[in-house]
Amino acid sequence: MRRVLTIAGTLLALVCLELLLPRVLPNTYYQRILMLCGINVILAVSLNLVNGLTGQFSIGHAGFMAVGGYSAAILSMRVLPPLAAALAAAGLPEPIAEGIVLLLALLAGGTLAAVAGWAVGLPSLRLRGDYLAIVTLGFGEIIRVVITNIDAVGGARGLSGVPRYTTFFWVVLWVVIVVTLSYNLLKSSHGRAMLAVREDEVAAEALGIDTTRTKVIAFVLSAFFAGVAGGLFAHFDAYLNPSSFTFLRSIEIVTMVVLGGMGSVSGAILAAIFLTGLPELLRPVKEYRLVIYAFLLIVLMITRPQGILGTRELTMPWAKKKPLPGGAGGAG
Amino acid sequence: MQEFLQQLVNGITWGSVYALIALGYTMVYGILRLINFAHGDVFMLGAFFAYYAATKLDVAMNPSPGKAILVLLISMVGAGIVGFLIERFAYRPVRNSSRLTALITAIGVSLLLQNGGILVFGSAPKPLPAIIRVQNIDLGGGVTVTNAQLIIIAVSLILMAVLRWFVLSTRTGKAMRAVSFNRDAAILMGIPTDKIISVTFVLGAALAAAAGVLVGLLNPTISPLMGIMPGLKAFVAAVVGGIGNIPGAVLGGLIMGLAEVMVVGYVSSTYRDAIAFVLLIAILLFRPSGLLGKNQAEKV
Repeated sequence: MRRVLTIAGTLLALVCLELLLPRVLPNTYYQRILMLCGINVILAVSLNLVNGLTGQFSIGHAGFMAVGGYSAAILSMRVLPPLAAALAAAGLPEPIAEGIVLLLALLAGGTLAAVAGWAVGLPSLRLRGDYLAIVTLGFGEIIRVVITNIDAVGGARGLSGVPRYTTFFWVVLWVVIVVTLSYNLLKSSHGRAMLAVREDEVAAEALGIDTTRTKVIAFVLSAFFAGVAGGLFAHFDAYLNPSSFTFLRSIEIVTMVVLGGMGSVSGAILAAIFLTGLPELLRPVKEYRLVIYAFLLIVLMITRPQGILGTRELTMPWAKKKPLPGGAGGAG
Repeated sequence: MQEFLQQLVNGITWGSVYALIALGYTMVYGILRLINFAHGDVFMLGAFFAYYAATKLDVAMNPSPGKAILVLLISMVGAGIVGFLIERFAYRPVRNSSRLTALITAIGVSLLLQNGGILVFGSAPKPLPAIIRVQNIDLGGGVTVTNAQLIIIAVSLILMAVLRWFVLSTRTGKAMRAVSFNRDAAILMGIPTDKIISVTFVLGAALAAAAGVLVGLLNPTISPLMGIMPGLKAFVAAVVGGIGNIPGAVLGGLIMGLAEVMVVGYVSSTYRDAIAFVLLIAILLFRPSGLLGKNQAEKV
């Protein structure tokens, strides 16, 4: 009962937020940055499942994002429009009909990305450390080159005309889902198995943890949310281009996780918001902004190598004081 | 057959360039276990140093072998200094942090060099002046090779031979191998590890700069972002050969160059950027530590 109330309350709060936002923040530029922050939070928190909690080093997140983004976009452009029309004909208000279509497209995109994550994860998780990193990077690049070569999705020209269904409500809803899942995972036996794999794979195996299975689960979950974030991104920008999913994008996401503090969910959230906002804040200095951004990144890494939050978590003052087993360590 | 031989020549040329860049990756990795993401951008800087040196020396108007060698040396020394500074001010402070922290720092340096490059050199591609007069040499059977290609292969071979001599036969080279084998033990033996690591960075950067100048002979358009893809592919080459292993980097570089040229020649040029990674995954699945890498037993 409590759970139902919590979910209903959250949804209600989100709907209120959605309705209030245009009034409180009429500037569409700020709205855009807020949504981008949300999408990046989903990406960072999902990558944190693999890099932070399980201690595996993946730098191919943009590839999964591309799979999810492209498949969700193709679905809502070419497969789902009849459904949207039927829903509208049935008398549903437009935002709800669009939302249902978006939800279906996102779930499908996320699932396809998860399948890609499974296909990438299974063979490459035999490798460790830097080798795993470079293979995930390779898969990410291969996905991008393959998409560039498929003419049906626009190839190098990009895919335009994706319906703009992504609203603030959907972005925040998925942020809430991925963050809640991460926190709950930390408290579950699966999450503890992941932490054990991170701290010492051999010891974890000796304790009877199926390390390969644990790693694959982390990979698949992480890829699913990357796919959803890709779908949100596609329906937000109304345009997709393979060049948005280069390895620099993956590295940006890894940077968020490391800067936040490996394994810290709240750290990943903070860093994602910080790193999305920083280039925008630096806009007045135009041509210097990316130089300053890079410089700040180096300085932050030198002065706070453990990340903004280290391995700690921010907790809400009203939350029950129960330490999460996020814990020390970090990969490699 | 004739086309195949021609592709072979081109592949070896590109392969020696990749090998030169891969050497820097593999040496730094061998010593610090750090993927030096900024290495591709040092390669870019090498090309730009050559651009300014060549313009200053007015090489385009009256080229001479002496000037060409001077341009190469200036670029190598300039990049060596940059390599030293990068290690001293960015990597040394994070040397004892986690490896991911060091990696993100390397990415930061890479972004700094790229965007700094755009700021200083401008984002528009520049034509590198031809530092030698390119001539075609007929090898018979319809296979031709340019003197530029021969020079690239020859310079790469000379640099590799010098590197091999340096690492195997000098005291500093011996110290490098010791640091790479076990840094803590090397410190206890009185080896000045900081100095050795600096030397490694300078060497790697100089080789990358040489590669930058040589690439200018094949493809004389240079831009501040030109280092990204070659850097990535050279890194893949180092991993394919077995990272940390110097002959492995050369082997990996040659394989990468040949594979790429063959794909462009026989499949499609749009898959040029994918073949490196397909090869990487295929090789790592069967030999998880690369072709020449040692399979390390895991300590429990």
